[in-house]
Amino acid sequence: MSASLTARDYATSQEVRWCPGCGDYAILKTMTRVLADVGAERENTVFVSGIGCSSRFPYYVETYGFHTIHGRAPAVATGLKLANPELDIWVVTGDGDGLSIGGNHLLHALRRNVSLKILLFNNEIYGLTKGQYSPTSRLGTRSPSSPAGSYDAPVSPGLFALGSGARFIARAIDVDKTGLGGVLEAAHRYDGAAFVEIYQNCIVYNEDVFEAFTDREHATERQVHARHGEPLVFGKANSKGLRFDMTSMSLEVIDAQERADEVLVHDETNPMLAQLLLSMEAPAMPQALGVIYRVEDETFESAFYGNHPTQLKRTGKVADALRNTNTWTVE
Amino acid sequence: MSAKQQELHEPSVVVRFAGDSGDGVQLMGTQFVSSTALAGSDFATFPDYPAEIRAPAGTTFGVSAYQINLGAGPITTAGDAPQMLVAFNPAALKVSLPLIADGAAIIVNTTNFTRRGLAKAGYEEDPRSDGSLDGYQLIEVDITRLTLEAVKPFGLAKSDAGRCKNFWALGLVQWMFGLELEAIEEWINRKFAKNASVRQANLAALHAGNAYGETAALAAAVPQLGVRKAKFAPGTYRGVRGGEALALGLAAAGELADRPMLFCSYPITPASPLLHHLARLGKLGVGVFQAEDEIAAVCAAIGASFGGAIGVTSSSGPGIALKTEAIALAINAELPLLIIDSQRGGPSTGLPTKTEQSDLYQAVYGRNADAPLPVVAARSPSDCFDVAIEATRIALRHMTPVFLLTDGYLANAAEPWLIPEMDAYAPIETNALAGKPSGDVQTAVFERNRKSFGRPWVSPGMPELMHRIGGLEKDISTGHISYEAENHQAMTQLRADKVTSVAEFIPEQAIEVGASEGAVAVVGWGSTYGAIYQAVRRIARLDDRVSHIHIRHINPFPNNLAELLAGFDRIVVPEMNMGQLSTVLRDKLGVRTVPFAKVTGQPFLIQEVVEFVLGQLAEVTGDDVRPRIVQGEGT
Repeated sequence: MSASLTARDYATSQEVRWCPGCGDYAILKTMTRVLADVGAERENTVFVSGIGCSSRFPYYVETYGFHTIHGRAPAVATGLKLANPELDIWVVTGDGDGLSIGGNHLLHALRRNVSLKILLFNNEIYGLTKGQYSPTSRLGTRSPSSPAGSYDAPVSPGLFALGSGARFIARAIDVDKTGLGGVLEAAHRYDGAAFVEIYQNCIVYNEDVFEAFTDREHATERQVHARHGEPLVFGKANSKGLRFDMTSMSLEVIDAQERADEVLVHDETNPMLAQLLLSMEAPAMPQALGVIYRVEDETFESAFYGNHPTQLKRTGKVADALRNTNTWTVE
Repeated sequence: MSAKQQELHEPSVVVRFAGDSGDGVQLMGTQFVSSTALAGSDFATFPDYPAEIRAPAGTTFGVSAYQINLGAGPITTAGDAPQMLVAFNPAALKVSLPLIADGAAIIVNTTNFTRRGLAKAGYEEDPRSDGSLDGYQLIEVDITRLTLEAVKPFGLAKSDAGRCKNFWALGLVQWMFGLELEAIEEWINRKFAKNASVRQANLAALHAGNAYGETAALAAAVPQLGVRKAKFAPGTYRGVRGGEALALGLAAAGELADRPMLFCSYPITPASPLLHHLARLGKLGVGVFQAEDEIAAVCAAIGASFGGAIGVTSSSGPGIALKTEAIALAINAELPLLIIDSQRGGPSTGLPTKTEQSDLYQAVYGRNADAPLPVVAARSPSDCFDVAIEATRIALRHMTPVFLLTDGYLANAAEPWLIPEMDAYAPIETNALAGKPSGDVQTAVFERNRKSFGRPWVSPGMPELMHRIGGLEKDISTGHISYEAENHQAMTQLRADKVTSVAEFIPEQAIEVGASEGAVAVVGWGSTYGAIYQAVRRIARLDDRVSHIHIRHINPFPNNLAELLAGFDRIVVPEMNMGQLSTVLRDKLGVRTVPFAKVTGQPFLIQEVVEFVLGQLAEVTGDDVRPRIVQGEGT
């Protein structure tokens, strides 16, 4: 029955309240399309969010939804998943929600491998509180709270996820329907914690912060789309490729035609390669997009139920448990 | 001593074991208790241990103690002043001496009364010879040496062999009380089933200590105390600690509601025993999730509640403070949630292993905005069982978070318990949605019961009931986000009315001891129950104008409480804080009280409550009965 639903069936009647031109609109649109494409069962799908612009997301998706408190969505979602492991749970968070106030919960959801699809909308700024710098803002970001430019070093969401033990790490751009759609579908299929960083343009407070690689003019030359088993090539007619330089232990860009046999083939199961790809920053290097890292591992809910063999079902009686100790009888 | 004074004494004996944290004192205490229970005695215990896991040996701050009050009963506290002390080292003696009764029997382990041992405890002179133990019955036993001799055949390393001394001492104490060794032997056999030499050594130590008492040469020096049997109602009994009773009560609540339960917690003293007990109750439909922090624990519990399981979180004061924002989310989202607070001494890290009724303000008032929720408190170890069921019943009926207050003392204290019959408890209703809604789902999900204000408990996975909830203010009828002025006023009122409505479902306030009107009402809550109960019972034998009222439902109070309190000239409120219940009584009922505050990290002694209340009684009535009572007390 669900298979016949269209993207529109996944939209609620609520008026969407993001700023006109916000990247969130594009993400919402691709998300509802993907839900329709994969035939998501609405009653078994839940969107859980924290606080921030991105966290309004659940109100706009016609599934179950829970708009929780700042930074805690992964924790709420973990409890929900344990209570009902059949649910398909998407966590929507941002760079402030997920990496500042909620960094701890994100770390633990990833290292436990709870089957949550975690979408981190990264716009490198605090939007809902009107434009202060965030933990992903680049050094020198001028904002109301850093008029002379920010001076604390940013965190890389992808490297944070990798360091936290994430088994699935992907990246996409808000308006890239194909790239984002593909990544969301892959996340949906993945059994475990899927971490997706979405470069999201905040049109009001941090416009075009990703233009170095999202700009139409530069996109081809500065985006490398990782596909497992295929060469890591990019640029016009895939003329460029990535090569591992043994001396510097880093990636370098080479001519993919002339030195075709030196071009790396993407292996999404290799954490070293994932680290190198996630470390690249445009414009010096191309920005890596797509599924960068994916390995199979036991999920947390599976381990949890392994330790709770009764599946939270009641197989014993309290009356017996009360007597399962030394007792004595008074006549 | 007059006959009247004579009967003021409970026919019971108070025993205290004290030693280093590593001496096995707590184990010795629990084993002694099981034997006294089997012998038909009533009892109450009080484990008193340091925050350090292994504090430096021989120091006063590293002393771990276990106090037991046993006898005919009814016994409701661990007793004021021990009549017998076993001190494994000078530090244990030094710490315990101010607590014990005049003329008490003191068994000291002389092995540790060396110059070094005395110095570590801060003794300049040996208390055994400087007269400071005059008036006590001192029994000197070289326990460590005798233990080493007894376990020699089993070839243990010296340190392991020495560790058997708690069982040697227990053997001696068992003999003094004429108690059987069988239950302890069974326990040792079970516990050390896989380690034959340790098992045999502990058994040998136990028997050697027992035989030492029997030895004729010493029989004159070691008193035989005997155990008084209690008059128990017929039935099957077990011993239970508060943490255990609470765990079983939660499982029982899940069974009565026929819902799974997810217990989400982060380890903290003194709340961790509950986590440990529940981790063993998987067969009873309880899942245990150890979260990364306090906030994650409460949030996961809320997620579980959204998912249709009963979400429970547990902590102590500082951890509860961290959960506060999430608790308000559950209030706003109208989800059930149990918050169990094992209170400890504060503020900040405070006294982690010491008891205090520190968090009543936090439970009743401690949230941003107008965010009321029901608060209930357990009064004894076994009462934790009933209170867990009651708290769950309220949470599911009204779709609200509920605070359950217990404390470090209750969590670890033990008492005999007439095992309850599950048939005696009514099933817990769960606010199921009656049929498929005809109109808007979001509206149906927030259509509240007219009496309880509880909304239907609808969870992901239920077909055609997709809806959104959250922490933003919502429209009172459609449940959609609303920033409308009038709506917020109405929703705030609704949240208040919901908590007020709880009073319509709970029992009227009862009186524990005394008449429904009189000169003084002694009003308590939580773990002070035992001391207040005994104190008022003692007073009642001389003066019938004093009553004891103990409040389980603190928010809201039972409907009849105001009227009940109006029947007394003075309301005295003993609390292990600076007067928090007094404040709440004044706030909610406009009642003036006389607080009796104790914040030493130790429970109330019966005698200090007696004295305070009699002082108040004298003020109110002009009739001072203290001279007739206080004399002869203190034993």
